[in-house]
Amino acid sequence: MMEAVAALTLAVLVTCGVYLVLRARTFPVVLGLSLLSYAVNLFLFFTGRLVTGAPPLAGGSAPVADPIPQALVLTAIVIGFGMTAFVVILALRARGELGSDHVDGREEER
Amino acid sequence: MNLLFVILLPLLGALLPPLAIRFGRSASAWTAAAITLAALLFALEPLTTVFAGTPLEAHWAWLPQAGLDIHLRMDGLAALFVLLILGIGLLVILYARYYLAERDPMGRFYGLLLLFMGAMLGIALSDHLLQLLVFWELTSLSSFLLISYWHHRSDARRGARMALAITGAGGLALLAGFLLLGHIVGSYRIVDVLDAGDLIRAHPLYLPTLLLILLGAFTKSAQFPFHFWLPHAMAAPTPVSAYLHSATMVKAGVFLLARLYPALSGTDPWFFLVGGIGLATLLFAAYTALFQHDLKGLLAYSTISHLGLITLLFGIDTPLAAVAGVFHIINHATFKASLFMAAGIIDHETGTRDMRLINGLWKYMPHTATLAMVAASAMAGVPLLNGFLSKEMFFAETLHLSALGALSWILPAAATLAGVFAVAYSARFIHDVFFNGEPIDLPKYPPHEPPRYMKIPVEILVTLCLLVGILPAFTVAPLLDLAAGAVLHGPVPAYSLAIWHGFTLPFAMSLVALTGGIALYSQRHRLFALHDRVFPEVDARALFWIAIERVMDAAHAMTRALENGSQQRYAALLLLAALAAIALPLLGGGVPLGGPVPAAPIDALTLLGALVMMAAAILTVVWQRRRLVAVVALSVVGLVVSLAFVRWSAPDLALTQLSVEVVTIVLLLLALYFLPQQGPAESSPLRRGRDLLLAAGVGGGVGLLAWGMFTRPYATIANYYVENSLSGGGGANVVNVILVDFRGFDTLGEITVLAIAAIGIYALLNNLRLDMPATDAGGRPWSGERYPLVLAQLTRFLLPLALLVSVYLFLRGHNAPGGGFIAGLVTAVALILQYMASGIDWTQQRWRLQYHPIIAAGVLIAAATGAGSWLFDRPFLTSAFGHFHLPLAGEFELATAMLFDLGVYLTVVGVVMLILANLGKLTQRCAACKEGE
Repeated sequence: MMEAVAALTLAVLVTCGVYLVLRARTFPVVLGLSLLSYAVNLFLFFTGRLVTGAPPLAGGSAPVADPIPQALVLTAIVIGFGMTAFVVILALRARGELGSDHVDGREEER
Repeated sequence: MNLLFVILLPLLGALLPPLAIRFGRSASAWTAAAITLAALLFALEPLTTVFAGTPLEAHWAWLPQAGLDIHLRMDGLAALFVLLILGIGLLVILYARYYLAERDPMGRFYGLLLLFMGAMLGIALSDHLLQLLVFWELTSLSSFLLISYWHHRSDARRGARMALAITGAGGLALLAGFLLLGHIVGSYRIVDVLDAGDLIRAHPLYLPTLLLILLGAFTKSAQFPFHFWLPHAMAAPTPVSAYLHSATMVKAGVFLLARLYPALSGTDPWFFLVGGIGLATLLFAAYTALFQHDLKGLLAYSTISHLGLITLLFGIDTPLAAVAGVFHIINHATFKASLFMAAGIIDHETGTRDMRLINGLWKYMPHTATLAMVAASAMAGVPLLNGFLSKEMFFAETLHLSALGALSWILPAAATLAGVFAVAYSARFIHDVFFNGEPIDLPKYPPHEPPRYMKIPVEILVTLCLLVGILPAFTVAPLLDLAAGAVLHGPVPAYSLAIWHGFTLPFAMSLVALTGGIALYSQRHRLFALHDRVFPEVDARALFWIAIERVMDAAHAMTRALENGSQQRYAALLLLAALAAIALPLLGGGVPLGGPVPAAPIDALTLLGALVMMAAAILTVVWQRRRLVAVVALSVVGLVVSLAFVRWSAPDLALTQLSVEVVTIVLLLLALYFLPQQGPAESSPLRRGRDLLLAAGVGGGVGLLAWGMFTRPYATIANYYVENSLSGGGGANVVNVILVDFRGFDTLGEITVLAIAAIGIYALLNNLRLDMPATDAGGRPWSGERYPLVLAQLTRFLLPLALLVSVYLFLRGHNAPGGGFIAGLVTAVALILQYMASGIDWTQQRWRLQYHPIIAAGVLIAAATGAGSWLFDRPFLTSAFGHFHLPLAGEFELATAMLFDLGVYLTVVGVVMLILANLGKLTQRCAACKEGE
């Protein structure tokens, strides 16, 4: 059950993220990218499976959670912040230069 | 080893002349000459071995598994070309020193020339098809740069582009041909290919292989109908023409014919294709050469014609014809290089190359005139000169051919006709330029002899023409024997190099050519008029550019069709493609979705967390146009993500996520201040439905993948890290030990990326001007009371505490949850709080730190820690640790990894602060510019 719920949560996060990435304004796209990076981080983390109450500290005799995905995700979170910041500032710059917050830098012709 | 140096010296030495130019033009020229001489010295020992009768091979393993090794081999043919390339190269270097004008960048010229020389030597010495092709393309590239040497001239740029397009396309065909050839033989080594001639000729792929390889050879050697790039390449400086377009590069094509002669020749397609194209080129170019008014144009077409002659000789496909072909390669290189140099001297001294203007130069430069006349006579095939010998062999071979049956007379007749034209254009070169009255309106008047050293290369080459022509047996015979043996890959038939064979039919053909040519030239005025009337100028160049334009138009149309400038469309197409790529194999392959691993039961708290997360994500979408609320919903998702990390044994991740969440939300709120706080409703319901469908597809796919992963057995290499964390890295927190020790190199890369992103953001924020709204979305004006007192007072007390917490997290990070990343984020959060609560001015008055140096220091400390292990003869980033005892404080541990972690810490603090502080400052700057208005 737990795994099914985790998979479903991922599905919902990705769906929301992708939907927002497909919007026409920069800010929802940024929100969507954030949602997607949550989902990706969680997915990577889940590849170490759902282990309860056993943080990866060496020295004990009991088995511990997989440290590799955790190390991977830790840096991914920080890099993800760097990426989000870059996209946000890019969006600001685009608005400053082009006067629009449309992703194409111009309003859609209708 | 020597063979490798022969190639590498010019290739690497190409860097030196541009450096030496700062010591003067002569220094640059001397450097180039010294490098060429050194290459020649290195070639001496292999050459003596080859002349003693044994080909020399050298081999270095590179990727033996893929059959890609460096194979060099010098046999007779390669030896001939090495001598030609280096010998004539040396003369051209001397000549160019005096040819190039003061304002021409000489260093670049010699650099490119050496690069080309190295590539050409590579072609000659390669014993591997693909390796040969690499050098082949390198000659195309370097010749492109050499032709466009005077890049301020549009004809040079266009000529260079045309040459590159034609020879480059030929190179692609050649690559395909080589791949087929390697496939047929099962080896890319040329020695293997040469031994497999029967296998190749019998193979069903023989014809396509032959066609592709010939395409490469013919484009390079300017054979009809690909000949037209060569006259336009004459926009190059004359030393380049003399070197590339007479002696070496265009010879690469016929070199290839000679090289692969044992493997490909001996069939009807070879005879008709090579012979036919050669004959057509020979005749067409010899005819066209006569009507050129440009001195170099005449030489260019004559070069094409002589290349056609050599091609035809290989196409005739008898051993003696092959010998004659090799012989003519040598002869043509010597007389044509000297003719180009003479043409360059004339151009240099008169300022024009138009033969209608240049007349009667005999009076002004008798020395140059004598040299040029001897060389031109060699080109015409006058007895006692080298051109005569090979031409007579050619005539003799055309007579022995019976393959055409009753039409066998055509070939000797055509050969004689070509000879007539060759004599006529040679006569024009001599008579029009040096006699024929007085010069007309020369840009430089009166012309005079060039500098002494400019003539020396011409003198040497002309002397060679004479020596070979008069005493062939004592000069060229051994080299010719050796090279012909290599081409035939077997015994060389008996042939005689004597000047006088008695009154034979070939001699009669020579006589007809000589008298006929002079007669033809004497009627030139009528002929020119006839030519202009009958053959209106077909400008191959115009046709070429029209074709190029068509291709460009098609490319633009394709780009327009694919790229309409809509980022939404790109994203949708990209996602759709990804979805299809994953879905198709899943749908068709019958891979079971789930695995055998049973699922664990769920507790109420976890379920609640999942529901909250899903609801928050959906609300982010629903409220996406009310942007402030959407950010709040998003932050709920982030918080639950960090709770999930806590739930499933990842305290480090939870701490990281929590602190990143804070800075991300601050960032988004700051950005939102400058963006519309309400999004417009602009997508149609149809579009929303379509996007939702696509999103659900992608999301569902990810969910199914996750399900598939969860239910499959779990295998990990984590045990290694857990077991060696304490003994190998000196830390109990395995995640941190992985980051700073096991995979420290990755982390170094990651903080570098962060630093680069921060610098990029800084650049983007530089000079950015944004409108600042006076009111919020609801029309309420922003409060003038900027900094709430309670918050400001509280955060001031909190700051030392927060910093203390970050120090604590940092220090314990190696053994318990914490570390540089987390401590850095906590520090950044604490500092940002000051900015938010008390304002930028207040904070910066008390905190006078630039963030760039902090980032730099962080990356440098991390890198230096890694490099430090070199001092102890250990690999990069080897960590060391030890336990120390301090009185009072007790036992504690020091590890170099902690220093590395300090680098991480500083980088993270610097990056976060640089981004947020500069974004925050934007409000000030824009407020200032608003007030200034």
